[in-house]
Amino acid sequence: MANTTPSLAPVRAQEASEAGALAATRRRRRYTLLTSHDKILIVLMVGVPLTLDLLLIWGPTLASVVLSFTNWDGIGSVTGENFVGFKNYQFMLTGYTLFWPAFTHNLIWLAWLTFIATPLGMFLAVLLDREMRGTRIYQSVFFLPVVLSLVVVGFIWELQYTPTEGFINNAFGLVKSGKLIDWLGNPRINLFAVLVAASWRHIGYIMILYLAGLKSVDPSLREAARVDGATEVQTFFNVVLPVMAPINVIIVVVTAIEALRAFDIAFIINQGKNGLELLSILITNNSISEASLVGFGSAIAVILLVISLGPIILFLSRTMRTTA
Amino acid sequence: MLLHAFLIAMVAVWLFPLFWAVYSSLRPISDTIQRGYVSWPGTLNFDNYTTVWTQAEIPYYYLNTLVIVVPGVILTLLLASMVAFCCTQFSWKFNLIVLMLFTAGNLLPPQVIIVPLYWIYLHTPIAMLGSIDISKFSFALFSDNNLLYDQYIGIILIHVVFQTGFATFVLSNYMKTITKEITESALVDGANVLRIWWSVVLPLCRPALAAMATLLFTFMYNDFFWALILLKSSDKRPITTALNNLQGQFFVDNNLVAAGALLACIPPIIVYILLQKHFVAGLTLGSTKG
Amino acid sequence: MGDSRDAKRVRNRLALPYLDAELPLNLDLSRRDILKIAGYGSLAAFIAACGGSPTTTTSLTAKGGAMSLGSYNTDPNSKKGTQAIVDAFTAANGGTKVKLNTVDHGTFQNQISSYLQGTPEDAFTWFSGHRMRFFADKGLATPIDDVWDAVKSNYTEGFAASIKGNDGHAYAIPTDYYPWAVFYRKDVWAQHSYTVPTTWDAFKALCAQMKKDGLTPIAFADKDGWPAQGTFDILNLRLNGYDFHTELLTGKQKWTDPRVTAVYKKWSEITQYYSQAFAGLTWEQGADQLLRKTAGMYLLGLFVSDEFKASGSQADLDQLDFFPFPDMGTQYDAEKALDAPIDVYMLTKKSPTLAANRAQANAFLEFVAKGSTQVLYWQNAPGSIPTATDADTSQYPALTKKAVQIVSNAKRITQYFDRDSRPDYSGPNGMQGFLLKFLANPGQDTTSLQGQMQSFWDSLAPE
Repeated sequence: MANTTPSLAPVRAQEASEAGALAATRRRRRYTLLTSHDKILIVLMVGVPLTLDLLLIWGPTLASVVLSFTNWDGIGSVTGENFVGFKNYQFMLTGYTLFWPAFTHNLIWLAWLTFIATPLGMFLAVLLDREMRGTRIYQSVFFLPVVLSLVVVGFIWELQYTPTEGFINNAFGLVKSGKLIDWLGNPRINLFAVLVAASWRHIGYIMILYLAGLKSVDPSLREAARVDGATEVQTFFNVVLPVMAPINVIIVVVTAIEALRAFDIAFIINQGKNGLELLSILITNNSISEASLVGFGSAIAVILLVISLGPIILFLSRTMRTTA
Repeated sequence: MLLHAFLIAMVAVWLFPLFWAVYSSLRPISDTIQRGYVSWPGTLNFDNYTTVWTQAEIPYYYLNTLVIVVPGVILTLLLASMVAFCCTQFSWKFNLIVLMLFTAGNLLPPQVIIVPLYWIYLHTPIAMLGSIDISKFSFALFSDNNLLYDQYIGIILIHVVFQTGFATFVLSNYMKTITKEITESALVDGANVLRIWWSVVLPLCRPALAAMATLLFTFMYNDFFWALILLKSSDKRPITTALNNLQGQFFVDNNLVAAGALLACIPPIIVYILLQKHFVAGLTLGSTKG
Repeated sequence: MGDSRDAKRVRNRLALPYLDAELPLNLDLSRRDILKIAGYGSLAAFIAACGGSPTTTTSLTAKGGAMSLGSYNTDPNSKKGTQAIVDAFTAANGGTKVKLNTVDHGTFQNQISSYLQGTPEDAFTWFSGHRMRFFADKGLATPIDDVWDAVKSNYTEGFAASIKGNDGHAYAIPTDYYPWAVFYRKDVWAQHSYTVPTTWDAFKALCAQMKKDGLTPIAFADKDGWPAQGTFDILNLRLNGYDFHTELLTGKQKWTDPRVTAVYKKWSEITQYYSQAFAGLTWEQGADQLLRKTAGMYLLGLFVSDEFKASGSQADLDQLDFFPFPDMGTQYDAEKALDAPIDVYMLTKKSPTLAANRAQANAFLEFVAKGSTQVLYWQNAPGSIPTATDADTSQYPALTKKAVQIVSNAKRITQYFDRDSRPDYSGPNGMQGFLLKFLANPGQDTTSLQGQMQSFWDSLAPE
């Protein structure tokens, strides 16, 4: 497989294909080297973490699917009477006024990151991927927000956005003139205000990933392009970008996962209401709330799970190829 | 020249929110109210920091974070390197699917698993074997209520399990670059696999382990969600989650909130500045060495 | 659910602090009756002060030992107040060690269900009304009839009724309450020579005048979602009466009712006078607008005084005054209804230590039922009026006295939207969101919004 499809690391892919030819003989040989004692050790070394992973990640995932067919309120145990079939799903899709707004907000989040934040991060990476003075400093600055927690990012941006005390409204004289913009309370703009804050962090992340990808591009390719008389822009689009296909996939996946996981900033700002509804927050607000609508919250969780499987499978299929 | 002008402008934009937070945190609220939110300061001092430091008990919450993050990072690296070692150095039937389970598990949104996880935490008995006490701080061995719920070890556990997925993925990519001949010759020499993992392969992975350690530290330090849901006692909360208490505590004194938020992000910034190389390496290992 | 009706009959008497205990429980008092009873106030208070203190029995409570308390009091004043109570209890009860777990308001409320099912503390701070009965019904709270029997002589029947579960058992000790009214600064009003409006038209005229004078007429801050519910409550009470209001909040009336439409219509007449960008402001920021003299009025609970105390000075606090929401020209004006929520202490069910510490927890509940304890708390958090009959009212400043008075004058008392309705309906996914939607465009035809409110109610699982 490794030699028929583009792999993430071309150099190593070659190794892999050579290795593949020898795989059969090697495998046999290796097993003869392992004592039964070793085999038990291997089972334990993989088995213990795997059991924990199955128990605490995949078990709960399946349990969420089961719970989504119940009306369990989280109190006591689940009995046969709790099963209500597809009722939660039916209500979620037709009766629940917040589902589609939340779904749309996640989509907008994804679109914003994909078409604005991610390209900007890539652009910065391309600018900084050259021998020039201060490139390290620039990189450090753009990357700095990535190490901050989203909670802190939320606090820091609230200092900018708060209507009467925030920097923006005060600096532009909107407080004085009485034409306040409600950055966090107006449901038409608060999502974008939050997205700016989220991008502050996302852009640096993408930049670093992309820079690493650019560094791995064989310099002789560019050299050849330049000799052929291609401009810098042409070289990028015709030579560099195609070679970067594997890293592009990673970046698409990272962007999609970030958009689906969006939670902390919106939760810190207003618990995800009034224009900041997100699927992850609806799950929390239903399942872990005073009313504790666990069954219904789980149905939303299943939707989020199904959507997440898209990028996850894309990621796995791309990254696991070379392993096979 | 144009390029530098553009980049410098971008840097200014990037640093401004942080600068503003620092500036606000250095102003007493009375000064801000008197002169306006955007104004030249009359006084700048560290009073907000001392207030938050003592009233919000910041050092105490640093300690909470520490006892969660340090064991969390070490255990994650141990477990992940074991799995990565076994999956890359030996070929067996299920190693691909094991890698997939770990990697995919790390990509799930945490909200998908939280309710059943909460239930598991409430129904898993854990022995109460006393505690390690340092004045007000008490680290239970291994539980102070017979459960996994509301325990430091509960938070450590979910961090370890969740991040093992990521770390396994990255470390297995790294270990693929180590030729299997090394393992094989060690086996021929009669070393057992545990020994090979510990004394042969791990030392070779030092750069990757260092990179992962920095990254995992930041991930765990910045976690908000697990601790919010799986801890009940506010005195066990790590600093990031404890910050949530801050807003209510100081009414509308945004300057104090800014000081608190900045105090909370100093440790990861220090780690970043000191270990920047490892940090970036960690992130890029995961994406380029596929 | 028969509880709300029972609660209604007795809630209207909550306000009568010195009510004679022999009055039948379901007596519907006329306004004249109330005035008559109020006349006995001082005498009854005298009697209560002489013999009202609860007696302790050895088996019910214990000294020393330890107990734990879960508290949502994170605001600086109430946090100090809670600590003061705890310290005083430890001193008074033979050194009982109290482990206090303070979690911020929002998180505490969101996670209350999982909290009570997990390993909660022995006692916890909570609210009376539907929100108390909800968890009593689920078996997550311990009945405290024994403690209540020991302290009930210190409470009026209105309070007694407010802590009864649907099963008739006592579940909580009421410790404080606070009325909702329209707050203002006396100095600002004197400067502009404003007078208290008693009718809707006068109220609107005052708003218009304030606007002309460069003030924000009504401070309004709804980032947290719940503050707007206070305005809905009072408008609905004035326009449609107590019975309709409680029936609406418990699902016995429809949200599509034209009477609800009328509420939104009236409401839209004053939204133009609200603070700008109110959906991005917290209630504390709203209080700051009043404190810093940029706003003329603020409809909020008495706890607004806590923000005056924390961010302002004693001089600011002395300027704070309020008036009851104006009449709307309906038959229901005479009810003088208002929100006056009661805060309580309860015992959890699943606390792993409760069985061992029950006697200490009982002692704590008895302790917070004392007037002296409640006054101690009130001194820290002036927005919380003591509920016990033996509370020393002599230190009350004019503001607190007036607050007691306005509650006494009310013939109907509600607990607040989110305490009278079910939590899933009043929460961020429910009415908090709907009201924000209304406020984003108050002039809208509310038919479809009301339809959404009703279908959301219909969608909720039966309780």
